[in-house]
Amino acid sequence: MIAEAGHYALVLALALALIQSIVPMLGARWGDPALMNVARSTALAQLLFVAASFAALVTLHVTSDFSVANVFENSNSQQPMIYKITGVWGNHEGSMLLWVLILALFGGLVAAFGNNLPLSLRANVLGVQAWIAGAFYLFILITSNPFLRIQNPPIDGRGLNPVLQDIGLAVHPPMLYLGYVGFSISFSFAIAALIEGRIDPAWARWVRPWTLMAWIFLTLGIAMGSYWAYYELGWGGWWFWDPVENASLMPWLAGTALLHSALVMEKRNALKVWTILLSILTFSLSLLGTFLVRSGVLTSVHAFANDPTRGVFILLILCVFIGGSLSLFAGRASSLKQGGLFAPISREGALVLNNLFLTTACATVFIGTLYPLALEVLTGDKISVGAPFFNLTFGPLFVPLMVAVPFGPMLAWKRGDLYGAAQRLMAAGVAALIAVAVAWAWARGGSALAPLAIGLAIFIVAGAVSDLVERIGLLNNPVAISLRRARGLPRSIWGTAFAHAGIGVALIGIVCETTWNSEFIGTMKPDDVIRLAGYELKLDGLSQQLGPNYRELVASFTVSSGGERLAAMTPSKRNFTARGASTTEAALLSRGVSQLYISLGDPTPDGAITVRIYHKPLVLLIWFGPVLMAWGGLLSLSDRRLRVGAPKPAKALRGGLQAAE
Amino acid sequence: MTRKQRRLTLIGCSLAVLAFAAGLVLYALQDSIVFFSTPSMAAEQHIAPGKRFRLGGLVQPGSLVCRGDGASFEVADGGAKLPVSYHGLLPDLFREGQGVVAEGALDASGTFHAETVLAKHDETYMPKDVADALKKQGHWKDDYDSKLAAGISGKSCAHGDG
Repeated sequence: MIAEAGHYALVLALALALIQSIVPMLGARWGDPALMNVARSTALAQLLFVAASFAALVTLHVTSDFSVANVFENSNSQQPMIYKITGVWGNHEGSMLLWVLILALFGGLVAAFGNNLPLSLRANVLGVQAWIAGAFYLFILITSNPFLRIQNPPIDGRGLNPVLQDIGLAVHPPMLYLGYVGFSISFSFAIAALIEGRIDPAWARWVRPWTLMAWIFLTLGIAMGSYWAYYELGWGGWWFWDPVENASLMPWLAGTALLHSALVMEKRNALKVWTILLSILTFSLSLLGTFLVRSGVLTSVHAFANDPTRGVFILLILCVFIGGSLSLFAGRASSLKQGGLFAPISREGALVLNNLFLTTACATVFIGTLYPLALEVLTGDKISVGAPFFNLTFGPLFVPLMVAVPFGPMLAWKRGDLYGAAQRLMAAGVAALIAVAVAWAWARGGSALAPLAIGLAIFIVAGAVSDLVERIGLLNNPVAISLRRARGLPRSIWGTAFAHAGIGVALIGIVCETTWNSEFIGTMKPDDVIRLAGYELKLDGLSQQLGPNYRELVASFTVSSGGERLAAMTPSKRNFTARGASTTEAALLSRGVSQLYISLGDPTPDGAITVRIYHKPLVLLIWFGPVLMAWGGLLSLSDRRLRVGAPKPAKALRGGLQAAE
Repeated sequence: MTRKQRRLTLIGCSLAVLAFAAGLVLYALQDSIVFFSTPSMAAEQHIAPGKRFRLGGLVQPGSLVCRGDGASFEVADGGAKLPVSYHGLLPDLFREGQGVVAEGALDASGTFHAETVLAKHDETYMPKDVADALKKQGHWKDDYDSKLAAGISGKSCAHGDG
């Protein structure tokens, strides 16, 4: 009964989406407020029905109703409750349902909080949202219905893939989807602007918070996925340039560029056409990501869907939306008016440079990800494009971008003073040189480039700090005045500083982990001691334990340093009976932001066990950086300007802006 | 500067960056991509020793020899076999008779030295390259999946029930 209700709710949502995709847009065309207002009610009702449908699937999983195929394949009666729930989106059908739920959520948010948008813009935006939603409801209902029943219900389910039975995976997909799907809003706004043929700085003010929100979630989602891979896959790697990872990195790069270009458009009314194009491209890359992951075209550890009809369907959605939006763009872009002028050396110029490098880097990732697929289709040759390709292409493009990061906020709008900015960055430069010297003197082994990269990272962090110091006048004023100024500083300034510093922090982590990581791989018997990076690790013994739905082999280690006992570490190997698969549970010990990492291999006949032990210096900074970036984004999102500025209607605001300048 | 000059500066910069990126991509595509082969493809193509490639196939039953710090085994695709030696920990799901993808290079004696070994991800997943290659050569057995589902698995380096 619940399954049928969930299925029916989804069909109703599709019907609502069809109404919403036609009626409000006709209303906007004919200038009929009654028709335009339909969008608001249908968007909210759609959210209600999709939520009901999702709730139905969750209920089926929680109550272990194995007569439903989806539950049978991805759940098991012995599975802990939390994984019964996360199992809902740990599979293809469920995760697509989560995808449309989030899409409906964003549509609902625009409907509920978009009262201050011009009526026709809101109607068009929600109309475009409904096109996307309708396409994906159809996709789910036709090719991936999660509510299918099995004729003869089995007694127990097959269980969720053990690798996915992890708390990191509980949070990672929703976060990532909030990011992916969040970009649909800026896409819809861009299409609506093209349909209306009108775009102004107020448009950018409406779009920026949505883009920022999506970007924050995507940043956290990617970081979370990377940390999950680090501790769950058992080889201590945190980024593999796997196509599935690239699929989330591409919208992130384009979205980061969009955030910055929307800033130029909002402040200076320039780069309009480019911003619209970026909005379209960012969401197109999100769709491409969905296609890559969901169609099973990739050879990848992530691909847990494998059905060609689905692939063709998503490819069709992809072609229609990307092709359609780009055609609309080509037809209408020239009618958008030219924006403000600026000199090459200026804040705008710096942001253009940022966009140039980000989109080019995104293009190299795009080529590296799709080239193997294209080559296989065209010639039948199978190749893999791995880390060496991306290090060679992505790296050199990111270095100049990172060098430029501290300069951006120091330059004035319209016409900047590069020499002045360089002078103000003198302190940061000196800090960077000291960092290079210290890293050089302290480092043993590793690449000669590593100290330089550390210097670059310190330059970015120090540059962000010196921008703040300068703005609050810390050096020229008494501390009390500076503090008052710091409080008065717009939150977006703080946001910029945190986000930029986050890049530097992440870079330090990346460089230290890859260059000065030490490892031991070999066999150990009980009471053996391994010395690694100043720690002694003693294997106390092995034992068997029974978990809720697995058996595990646990190794107990005692970690000490200089004779002093620090902690116990218990890595384990779990064997899941329902699936006959096993996972490696690495043990992690954080010392500051560095970590000791132990993962188990197989036991040998003579009672020993193979182990991998890593010492990863400053590794936690890799994920702390993105968290800082997301925090910066959050600060920026809470800026008064974005909340207060947006409600004014376009005409009044345009007048206001001119008056202000 | 006039609007035109500014636009030209912008376009010039963009083209320079794009050309730089295109150069990098072309250079990287020449040097750092890795081809995929099965043992019979490797035998046909006479891959030179030292050239990196990905070797895919099934782990030949009865060929696995475990050492403390690694293992040696044979990868077969029905047509040919290739001895592989690997230093390091084999993945959790590595078993005789199952699909595997190894990346590395041949030495002068014709042994494949693997630097990384990927086993299939769970009991229903087979590396796509391997499955495609086996199907193409007609060695794909339809009962392969059902055998796996029934939990018949070969020897691994694991002992006891770990």
